[in-house]
Formats: sequence, C-alpha cells, structure tokens
Amino acid sequence: MARNAPFLTPQLKLLIVDDSNVIRRRIERSQQIEQLQVVGVASNGVEAIEIFRQTDPDVVTMDITMPRMDGIECVEQLVAMKPQVLILIVSALADKATAVEAMAKGANGFLNKPFSDRQLNEALAELIGGA
Amino acid sequence: MLEEQDIRAFVYGTTRYFEVAAQQAATVGSPYLVTEGAPDIHDYNGVIAVSGRRNGIVCFSAPRGMLTVLLMKMNESNVSHEYLCDLVGEVANTIAGTVRRDLGKDFAISVPTVVAGAGNAVELPVGERPVVIPINWRSHVAKLVVCLR
Repeated sequence: MARNAPFLTPQLKLLIVDDSNVIRRRIERSQQIEQLQVVGVASNGVEAIEIFRQTDPDVVTMDITMPRMDGIECVEQLVAMKPQVLILIVSALADKATAVEAMAKGANGFLNKPFSDRQLNEALAELIGGA
Repeated sequence: MLEEQDIRAFVYGTTRYFEVAAQQAATVGSPYLVTEGAPDIHDYNGVIAVSGRRNGIVCFSAPRGMLTVLLMKMNESNVSHEYLCDLVGEVANTIAGTVRRDLGKDFAISVPTVVAGAGNAVELPVGERPVVIPINWRSHVAKLVVCLR
C-alpha cells in the first residue's frame, strides 16, 4: 500500500527587477506568499535577462524606468524566452498609457509605487492565483 | 504664475509616498516664495526636470534624519548613504509618476536625478523665484521646491 505523500505547496521561483536597492529589498522582505521563493535580483533589464537565463523564474516583479534596458523592453524579451512567465510591473509611472503598453508586451499585472506590504502581497497573490 | 492645480499635483505625489510607504501621513506647511537667491536645501535631493506647458525643476529636499527614519519605518536596516540616495530618488520618482498621471499631456517629466552631499546645489531656472512647500513628517521637515516658468 502506498504511503500518503506529505502535502507540498508547489514552489514558484521569483525574480525581482528594480534599479533601487530599497525597493528590491522591500519586495524581497515583504512578500509573504508561501509559494514564492526569491531566486534572484537584478538592477536593470540586461542583468535581468542574464539572471532569468540562469534561474528560469516563474514570476517576475519588474520596474519600468531603469538604466541600460527599461522594463518594457525587458518584459518583451522575457516573454519571448518563456511565454508562460508571470510578470508584475511595479512602477511609479501611474498613467494608463504605461500600463497598457506593458500589458501589450506581455505583463500580467500592475502595482503602483509607492505600495504597502499588503498591496504588494495582494498583487502577487492575484498574479499567481490567476495563472 | 504657477497654478494651484499644478502645485497640488506635486504636493500630492510627495505626501502620498509617506502615507503609503510608511503608513504615516505627512502634513503640508505654509508655502512661501523665495525672493532672493536660491532656497537652502537639505543633504539629499531628488530632482525632476519639467518641460511642456511649464519649464523648470521640482526638487524634493530631505534631511538625513527624515530619510533614515523613513527607511526604518519601511523595515529597512541599511541606512547607508547609498540607500538614502535611493530613497530620495524614489520619492522624486513617485512625484514624477503622479504628475505624469494627473497633469498628463501638458507636462513632460524627466527621470529623477539625485543630488546629495555637503555643499550641494540644485540648478534653478534663471530669473524665476522658487516656491518652497514644507513637508512635515514626524519631527522632520522636508522641502518641496517648485521652480517653473
């Protein structure tokens, strides 16, 4: 007779992309979604693509305004590499046009900066819940 | 002349940061016009350039103490110079995002730059008199310097 396997929550790998140390650490520390495990952080789009190749994340939080490669271009490249990746844009650019452009490139959600811990966790939960 | 609606967008972008990120509201002091020279600024300054219907700069100028406490309120233990610069840039970034949303097509807003350290100076448009709006949070006072023509 087979023994019952312990219940395991499937883990999802999270990559955090933002040019601000403060925001990267804030997301890493404040996110409390059990399923999410931070596998990398990046401070611009170019670095994000390198780390994405190495760690193969399932979920990405993405800033828009960054040096070297901005978030919109990075989203487009990540989605081309892994169409099922879930991307949450985390940006101070609060206008509708920016959100629409990011979604058109393949992002799945949008969180305005500044954000509270609760808003961050709700946005992440909605993102992975809707997968 | 600056219009009240324009000033309100800049002020809202600033106070919103404290209210949401630190979960503790900031209050706005009485604005005043600087009639001679440049206003005194603090150690850490996030500057955005504005063009379009108005041209000039908006600067969020904060003392080290305020930013340190703000970081701590956000559960950040690293209060190094680098992190204080990051934070003042983030506040300026939020102001820029809010203005872009609220005043939209009439304004083009730059990516914020950070000016920090002793003896720093923010370049203001020549011949314009800046308006300074005190931003009070806990026992600290920051300045929102608006200088637009």
